[in-house]
Amino acid sequence: MRVELENLSKSWDGVVGADNITLDIADGELVAFLGPSGCGKTTTLLMVAGIYKPTGGTISFDGQIVNAVAPKDRGIGMVFQSYALYPHMTVFGNISYPLRLQKLEKDEIRQRVQQVVDMMGIGDLLDRKIAQLSGGQQQRVSLGRALVKEPQLLLFDEPLSNLDARLRLTMRGEIKRLQKDLGITSIYVTHDQIEAMTMADRIAVMSKGVLQAYDVPEALYDRPKTLFVAGFVGNPPMNFFDVEIVQADGDFRAKSGGIDLVIPSDRAEKAAAVKGKVVMGLRPEDVDLVDDTSPATEGLTLTGETTVVEPLGREDLVQVSIDGVEMRVLVDKTKGVRVGDNIELAVNTTKIQLFDPETEQSLLWA
Amino acid sequence: MTQPSEKEALARAAVGAPGPQRRTLGRRVRSTVSAYGFLGPAMALVFVFFIAPGILLLILSFTDLSSANFNDPWNIIGFANFERLFTDPFFPKILRNTVFYVFTTLILFNLGLALVLALVTTSIPRRTGFFFRLVWLLPRLTPSVVYILMWRRIGQADPYGIYNQLFPEVLGASGGNLFLGGSPWTFVILTNGFIGASFGMIIFTSALESIPKDLLTAAKVDGASMWRIIRDIKLPLIKWPLLFIATYQTLSLLTSFEYILLLTDGGPGLFTTEVWALTAYKRAFASYAGNSQWAFGATWAIVLVTVALLLAAVYVKLFKFNELIEEPRIENL
Repeated sequence: MRVELENLSKSWDGVVGADNITLDIADGELVAFLGPSGCGKTTTLLMVAGIYKPTGGTISFDGQIVNAVAPKDRGIGMVFQSYALYPHMTVFGNISYPLRLQKLEKDEIRQRVQQVVDMMGIGDLLDRKIAQLSGGQQQRVSLGRALVKEPQLLLFDEPLSNLDARLRLTMRGEIKRLQKDLGITSIYVTHDQIEAMTMADRIAVMSKGVLQAYDVPEALYDRPKTLFVAGFVGNPPMNFFDVEIVQADGDFRAKSGGIDLVIPSDRAEKAAAVKGKVVMGLRPEDVDLVDDTSPATEGLTLTGETTVVEPLGREDLVQVSIDGVEMRVLVDKTKGVRVGDNIELAVNTTKIQLFDPETEQSLLWA
Repeated sequence: MTQPSEKEALARAAVGAPGPQRRTLGRRVRSTVSAYGFLGPAMALVFVFFIAPGILLLILSFTDLSSANFNDPWNIIGFANFERLFTDPFFPKILRNTVFYVFTTLILFNLGLALVLALVTTSIPRRTGFFFRLVWLLPRLTPSVVYILMWRRIGQADPYGIYNQLFPEVLGASGGNLFLGGSPWTFVILTNGFIGASFGMIIFTSALESIPKDLLTAAKVDGASMWRIIRDIKLPLIKWPLLFIATYQTLSLLTSFEYILLLTDGGPGLFTTEVWALTAYKRAFASYAGNSQWAFGATWAIVLVTVALLLAAVYVKLFKFNELIEEPRIENL
């Protein structure tokens, strides 16, 4: 099912929950609503579900405006962070509840529930009470209850946030596989950008009720349109520096304190129009430690003293103080960087991002 | 006594010396003593004000103590009082009245209206809901005698009552003799119910508000109508408060008589609205021809207490109250 939100807004007594959200979701697509808590992602989801009434704008399913349609008539299935299972019912009672409300025949109910629990691998739990299930099992039951109705649209509200890390990883893959196999259009609300990046076809990044960006994951990562998106997408997050872009000897240079980098002209030219400082963004992985094997090039290095070294396993997350400005970089752990070392970093300046400090918009990707 | 060093303790443990055991025993005695110390005051109160009066009442019901023969207070007359009670010509009527009064008030008001009020006031905006609950609590904030006398003034028989003066022809009542004159039970039950509902309302409201919002959202998405949400989700989830209120209010209605005493005094006519507890009170304290039959009153009371205890036991068994005591689940805290 195709979903279109147009200028969708929700406010309560002047408090804005969602502000003019416009986006479209293609049939069979999984879209993530990503943002910190209070950004309006759940508000928007609940409007799509029909629980909240929008104060402005429209929601359309397959071209039909559904603003006034009751939740039960929207053909949606929903999965909650809290699982929201009915504690006084068994697993069977929970999964069969939507079908019982449709007053289907007993045999058909049993058959459809069986089909779903077989798919979810919880067939042996049918007679259990909810309190007797683990978190992962509960989440499967919750997913089963959403799927048994054969919904046109699946809504996920942070479904994995209450699970432990390992289970989260398993369920992530499982939900994505299930969604693709069944081809059900889905909206997936999360504050976990890794979940969003790995699962979603497209990500809607939200902040303070406003849709900041809506694009495929790679585009958000490589071509962030706003400072917020740049800082929110990516882990560890992007580093930001206040720099001035100056032109000298045909080169564009980004300068500030201990920073003096040559910026590729195609990127710098777009920023040159801005008088004064701009915000330069650099991802932690877009640097290399300068040593015998990879020599330094003038204008493409930063030097500083390491203040924190956090081993992440495959690499070390190193915090470097560059003339008082803190920066986080990822360094190959075999280089053996230690706290207090003076290191030199080769910067991949072709990956540099530039933002207008006033509007917080990207100067590169309009 | 100084704390023994670790070495010393180890050495004692190694040879099985009596030191630690003796201290453990001492500690056990001390903790038992302190446990009873804490329980003591409450136990004393329970004994003095509940158990001792109960025993006295039981003994009293086997005597013929009354203001007529005060000189022989402990004259045991066996089961004569009980015989008299069960052969009283008005006994069946009083029993019927009591059952009718208790269960009608309980079902229509203390449970029914309380539930409706709780469901309605939790479904409207919070502040409005709070306001209406406060209004329903007003009778509780009024001294009950004042509250009852106000109702009495409203409902008095024609031509005195405010209601009968204002609406003499409403509800097809002949001669405007409505309420205390014509339908005393309606009146008694309304007066009780309007104040009785607020207790359940408060308990049910807090129970309803503690139902996680997600559950209600899930039910709506699953396709449940408002009525099905109440029936399938809300009511089962407030089962324990419902059963508690049912039990508690049954017992308190069984023993309540002050409303009826002040409103109708059991009338109009013979035993029309007389309930068991009122009879017990009247026999014991309201003198019939100058004679307070304390022992006979005690007999009515002790039978009522026995019935109430049996009923409580049935409720506890029927509603499986022992299931309420559940292992704490840390992860839910």
